Amino acid sequence: MSNIDTNTAGAVIAAETPAEAAPVLLGPWALTWRKFRRHRVAWLSLWVIGFIYLLALFGDFFAPFDPEETNRRGIFVPPQGIGMFVEGAGFQLHADRLKMQVDPATMRRSYAPVEGEVVPLGFFVRGYEYRLLGLVPWDRHLFGPVDPDEMVYFLGSDRLGRDTLSRIIAGTRISMSIGLVGVAASLVIGVALGGLSGFYGGWVDNVIQRLIEFLRSIPTIPLWMGLAAAIPLGWPPLRTYFVVTLIVSMIGWTSLAREVRGKFLSLRHEDFIIAARLDGLTDWEVIRQHMVPSFASHIIASLTLAVPLMILAETSLSFLGIGLQPPIISWGTLLKEAQNIRSLIEAPWLLIGPGATIVVAVLALNFLGDGLRDAADPNAH
Amino acid sequence: MLGFVSRRVMTMVPTIFLVSIVTFLIIQLPPGDYLDTLAAELSETGGLDEGTRRALEAQYGLGQPIWVQYWKWITGIALAGDFGISFEKNLPVNDLIWDRLGWTFAISLLTLLFIWMVALPIGIYSAVRKYSMGDYVATFFGFVGLAVPNFLLALVMMYVAFKYFGQSVGGLVSPEFIGEPWGRAKIVDLLAHIWMPIVVVGTSGAAALIRIMRANLLDELYRPYVVTARAKGMSEFQLLMRYPVRVALNPFISTIGWILPSLVSGEIIVAVVMNLPTTGPLLLRALLVQDMYLAGSLIFLVSILTVIGTLISDLLLAWIDPRIRYQ
Repeated sequence: MSNIDTNTAGAVIAAETPAEAAPVLLGPWALTWRKFRRHRVAWLSLWVIGFIYLLALFGDFFAPFDPEETNRRGIFVPPQGIGMFVEGAGFQLHADRLKMQVDPATMRRSYAPVEGEVVPLGFFVRGYEYRLLGLVPWDRHLFGPVDPDEMVYFLGSDRLGRDTLSRIIAGTRISMSIGLVGVAASLVIGVALGGLSGFYGGWVDNVIQRLIEFLRSIPTIPLWMGLAAAIPLGWPPLRTYFVVTLIVSMIGWTSLAREVRGKFLSLRHEDFIIAARLDGLTDWEVIRQHMVPSFASHIIASLTLAVPLMILAETSLSFLGIGLQPPIISWGTLLKEAQNIRSLIEAPWLLIGPGATIVVAVLALNFLGDGLRDAADPNAH
Repeated sequence: MLGFVSRRVMTMVPTIFLVSIVTFLIIQLPPGDYLDTLAAELSETGGLDEGTRRALEAQYGLGQPIWVQYWKWITGIALAGDFGISFEKNLPVNDLIWDRLGWTFAISLLTLLFIWMVALPIGIYSAVRKYSMGDYVATFFGFVGLAVPNFLLALVMMYVAFKYFGQSVGGLVSPEFIGEPWGRAKIVDLLAHIWMPIVVVGTSGAAALIRIMRANLLDELYRPYVVTARAKGMSEFQLLMRYPVRVALNPFISTIGWILPSLVSGEIIVAVVMNLPTTGPLLLRALLVQDMYLAGSLIFLVSILTVIGTLISDLLLAWIDPRIRYQ
């Protein structure tokens, strides 16, 4: 295999027996895919990311409770476990029924299970009504108490008695989509400016490179803080969301533009590009038909690696209270609830739940991006 | 070398100009900032007499086009070191910021040292013992270090320190030392507190640098000159330290350029969480109440100081590596 130049558009896979004369031809995408499949951690991460986006799409179905629903009798309930067997009734998924006790001296709340009473749990139970994908009205939920009026907090509850699990699932939609929308924005800016820079060179290149160097040489957090703090508090949530996304995407495009520029510069003098140009293709045709296909896989890999950066940026801004604001549920606004040491001591689960979700999502996206990058590089082994 | 220095210093000029413009735009961004509010309030109560208006006009260019305001602002800084007034606290910005900027950069530089001290040995170990248990552990922690946001790590460490070690958290010194003169006990107390923000801010940078060090050293380890030295009977450790590690060390200095801005950024967020007496909490507070001259000055100075730090690292690199200065 070593004598086959894998740099060319496709590679010839030698047939197993000499009798089969026709070799199997695999395109660059198929080769990349084969290599990616062999990267086990990246493959697993792809499943994790797929699952998280599934959660984001069908959040209402997966969430056991309405994320906005408050409950005065369930403030700061610690995470509840799921039991399997009930005495006398055999197998029955259930959770303990909790009763709130207030210590009259210290005014501290505590919860104790009520002896002999349980809350039965089940799959595909009735709960609050919602619209699936914003279209189909439905009231079924994957898992939860059989009686819709009961509350069970699998990951604990916050200071208003809202269910942390349901809120994390609701936050998935905002936080994960900010990553995608932000990456789309930086893709447009990065490819446009990086392409201009690398394709035309000269003073255009110089100006764009100085701009990128400028953006990379200053600390970004204070800059975003300044921009995000200027968003008026009275703006509708959707507009705030888009402006925060735009601010966040300002970091992502510089590295992408550099990568695109590098590719353009190195490809500009390749034989097949010169040949295409001599054949009379216009600049745009050369770019679209010959240059973009040869580095598209790299772009996908760098885009994947940019998503976690944006998620972290959004989370940090919202955590500080200058990104998304509380009626919007995102992982950052959830962590804001656990901001000081007092609430941490009282309810550590408010930190653990959303925190672990962020770490898993970012870790999986990083592994996925690494795997894609290795798979897209024909010289890596 | 002199030519390189002057060229490199010249490239800073447009950067600083851009920083000043962006900062000024941020100052102007909030609709109805403090200056307008102040003028409106004064005129409502009848306090905006001719003298006050003149003073405001002369100092901030109130009611004049934006480039006049910018010119007044930037010349005030450049010629007189005057950053304006913090409207919320009614004090000159100069009185409020320098201590805090000093702490921000002290912590950032200490963090840089911490990153080097951690990344160098671990990076070398993971390259030399490639695919060993230790290498996998280092790689795993590297990935986790990159995935945990700074403020989350800060919260977790504060929780652990408070719950399991009973340490007072937040601040750089224990409450009883605040305002006390510096003495041996206070320095010991400072050291007991300052390691936490340093570790928190440094983790992601250390994770990145370990991976870079490992990759660079792996490129060098199998070069012919290493084989030659080994064949001549040099001891493994001496060989490693004398040749490949020295070559692989280059990125340690060249990465200051991008690590320093991210350290300063990280320090600002961590300072808000841990309530350190540095730039972060002051900046956040100023932004939330739209005390824009204070916020703008902080953003401006943090950026300028970072650019200068990067300049120093570039000059160091050129001093160490002749290939760069003759490029």
